Amino acid sequence: MVCTAMSLFHEVPQAAPVAVFKLSQDFNNDQFPNKVNLGVGAYRTDEGKPWVLPVVKKVEKIIVNDDTLNHEYLPILGLPEFRSSASMIALGDDSPAIHDNRVGAVQCLGGTGALKMGAEFLRRFYNGNNNTNTPVYVSAPTWENHNAVFSNAGFEDVRPYKYWDAENRGLDLAGFLGDLEGCPEHSIFVLHACAHNPTGTDPTREQWMQIAEVMMRRRLFAFFDSAYQGFASGDLDKDAWAVRYFVSLGFEMFCAQSFSKNFGLYNERVGNLTIVARDANNLKRVLSQMEKIVRTTWSNPPSQGARVVAVTLNSPVLFTEWKENVKTMADRVLLMRAQLKARLQSLGTPGTWEHITDQIGMFSFTGLNPNQVEYMVKEKHVYLMASGRINMCGLTTRNIDYVAESIHEAVTRIQ
Amino acid sequence: MRGLSWMQMGPPDPILGVTEAFKRDTNPKKMNLGVGAYRDDKGKPFVLSCVRKAEALIAAKQLDKEYLPIGGLGDFTKACAQLALGANNEVLSSGRNITVQTISGTGSLRIGANFLSRFHGGSRDVYLPKPSWGNHTPIFRDAGMQLKAYRYYDPSTCGFDFRGALEDISKIPEQSVILLHACAHNPTGVDPKQEQWKEISDIVKKRNLLVFFDMAYQGFASGDIDRDAWAVRYFIEQGHNILLSQSFAKNMGLYGERVGGFTVVCKDIEESKRVESQLKILIRPIYSNPPMNGARIATTILNTPELRLLWLEEVHGMANRIIKMREQLVAGLKKSGSSHNWQHVIDQIGMFCFTGLKPEQVERLTKEFSVYMTKDGRISMAGISSGNVGYLAEGIHAVTK
Repeated sequence: MVCTAMSLFHEVPQAAPVAVFKLSQDFNNDQFPNKVNLGVGAYRTDEGKPWVLPVVKKVEKIIVNDDTLNHEYLPILGLPEFRSSASMIALGDDSPAIHDNRVGAVQCLGGTGALKMGAEFLRRFYNGNNNTNTPVYVSAPTWENHNAVFSNAGFEDVRPYKYWDAENRGLDLAGFLGDLEGCPEHSIFVLHACAHNPTGTDPTREQWMQIAEVMMRRRLFAFFDSAYQGFASGDLDKDAWAVRYFVSLGFEMFCAQSFSKNFGLYNERVGNLTIVARDANNLKRVLSQMEKIVRTTWSNPPSQGARVVAVTLNSPVLFTEWKENVKTMADRVLLMRAQLKARLQSLGTPGTWEHITDQIGMFSFTGLNPNQVEYMVKEKHVYLMASGRINMCGLTTRNIDYVAESIHEAVTRIQ
Repeated sequence: MRGLSWMQMGPPDPILGVTEAFKRDTNPKKMNLGVGAYRDDKGKPFVLSCVRKAEALIAAKQLDKEYLPIGGLGDFTKACAQLALGANNEVLSSGRNITVQTISGTGSLRIGANFLSRFHGGSRDVYLPKPSWGNHTPIFRDAGMQLKAYRYYDPSTCGFDFRGALEDISKIPEQSVILLHACAHNPTGVDPKQEQWKEISDIVKKRNLLVFFDMAYQGFASGDIDRDAWAVRYFIEQGHNILLSQSFAKNMGLYGERVGGFTVVCKDIEESKRVESQLKILIRPIYSNPPMNGARIATTILNTPELRLLWLEEVHGMANRIIKMREQLVAGLKKSGSSHNWQHVIDQIGMFCFTGLKPEQVERLTKEFSVYMTKDGRISMAGISSGNVGYLAEGIHAVTK
């Protein structure tokens, strides 16, 4: 017997699909033999296949064969050996802040979960009690989910800060610094630690120093999003320079870490919110409040992925192997960047293409406009985001010519 | 710099805090009857054989680790809904349910609460049984709902306050949300009988209430998965379009893998598509997409005939051990010379037992006997073994005589 009364949900509207997943879906449904997926941000080998890191395979075998392990609940804040080793990766194992016992962490569901926990905490306790008016600044452009994470946490004022200079295809430093100078005190700034998503454009060290100076002076909160450590340059320490610099200046800050890309553990949801507080006492109270937030969201985090990372990071041999695996990925991306630029230049494609190799990390902001993107997708079956963002990992030695030609056509035929 | 120095220390979690105190105790006879995780008769965590076999099968497949869809592993959500509703349920064949994979039971309740908060046109009030799982209240409150209660547990009988429940439910304003524990009520272990469920269904229908079932113990209560899902299936049959949270933490022992499902039974498939699209919008800014490992294990078990059979046996085994411990505890209390009526310990079902102990008695039990439990007198039966049930009986007798 089916209920015939008016449904309580009869007015629930159909929500638009999340763009990046819709793109993948369209790609999957496309029958064109030479289709290319330059959409969602996951690493691919030169065969265009997902890559489970060799060190991860090794560690998973260790775990599955260890009869002393079980599936019991992790503590609310997560696996302790994961949390501490993950924070060390971000801050460096010689970090004075770690030494001073003022660094803590919350194991979270991926980078998204870490951002979520940090956002929920800040909304409750930062800049007063439950001050939903504190402005949260995200870069223009930024990862599309940043907006929703902070607004869903209750922040009512999520705003863009100037970042990408479309005309010069680089960082709009003056605009960025201007927003830092002009914003309300105590505003929260979401900073990409490295390999900015989607532009691939990072501040130089000197530029980071300028940014930090203003933020310190104007009492702005630094919330780093670190989803690509190791993946950007191939070097963990290099990619963490900005985060560590801020710590060295004495900022109390958050760093949301993801191990989705650099460990290839996408679907195990491995993330860590690293918290740097003024001292151990403050840290303790922050963590106690984090527990309450975790408890009403997911109670305690998933164990499998965190175990893989913890085992790897805590074994010198496995840690070295991991760094090599990460470098393999980063190097392939760098190679594809170089080769794409070379092809576009040799095709004589109008415009400058230096940005392809100046930019860093998984993504490149090609500069293609929406019409050109539409051409790429519909006519050439090369799938990329409407913003012109491409995932370099989608390029292979087999498809790079086709992609370069397609870009050439799009730029020359479509305004 | 405007720091966080004014902020206070948060209180320890009442349930998980018990385990932490237990760990610090050095008494060799200590017992942890706090958190609800199953233990075997040696007091050890129990990894089900079907889980180990499923893990081996999965490892052999060398699968990749690509992101799951926002709503989770499709094979999992299908199997999850089938388990709850029964494979032949009309809801499934008409496709009018949307089931998403969630972060175990907590994550499921939270998504449901967020969904109600955003879309429920009726009142913001969620009615919980009195008492209910301690985490229900903060979950719904954090999501922006308001909590109210209906009578449920009768302390004078340590049983179900059927009349009180019906009276209270009959006064709940229309279009409010009522949360029901599908089986093995947490914390009391007191479940309505089938005839009582029928009357509850009638009155809920009369009051036009939206039903939210929390089913965290399917299979674990009676040992029979269909029996434990009876109330859920009956309500659907009676025309309630329910919300349902499922957890695989206990019945598959997958606690730390965080395996759960959230279902909305909709009017038709078109509505379910709209609801699905909105659930994705809710999930994405929390954790983007759910973890694979546990869902794969659960799916492999449910969809591999030999493993499913093995699982049903093992779940039956866990439930039986608990039933045996209930019987042995009562026998032990009688043997110790207790004159109280302990029948409720046997009548109650599932992992938990509401002993009827008062806070002062609980405190004594903890301080003098190193028996750790929550202040409300709730004990986790799973923490009892044939080796320590006698000690527990003595302790309870000592603080209640």
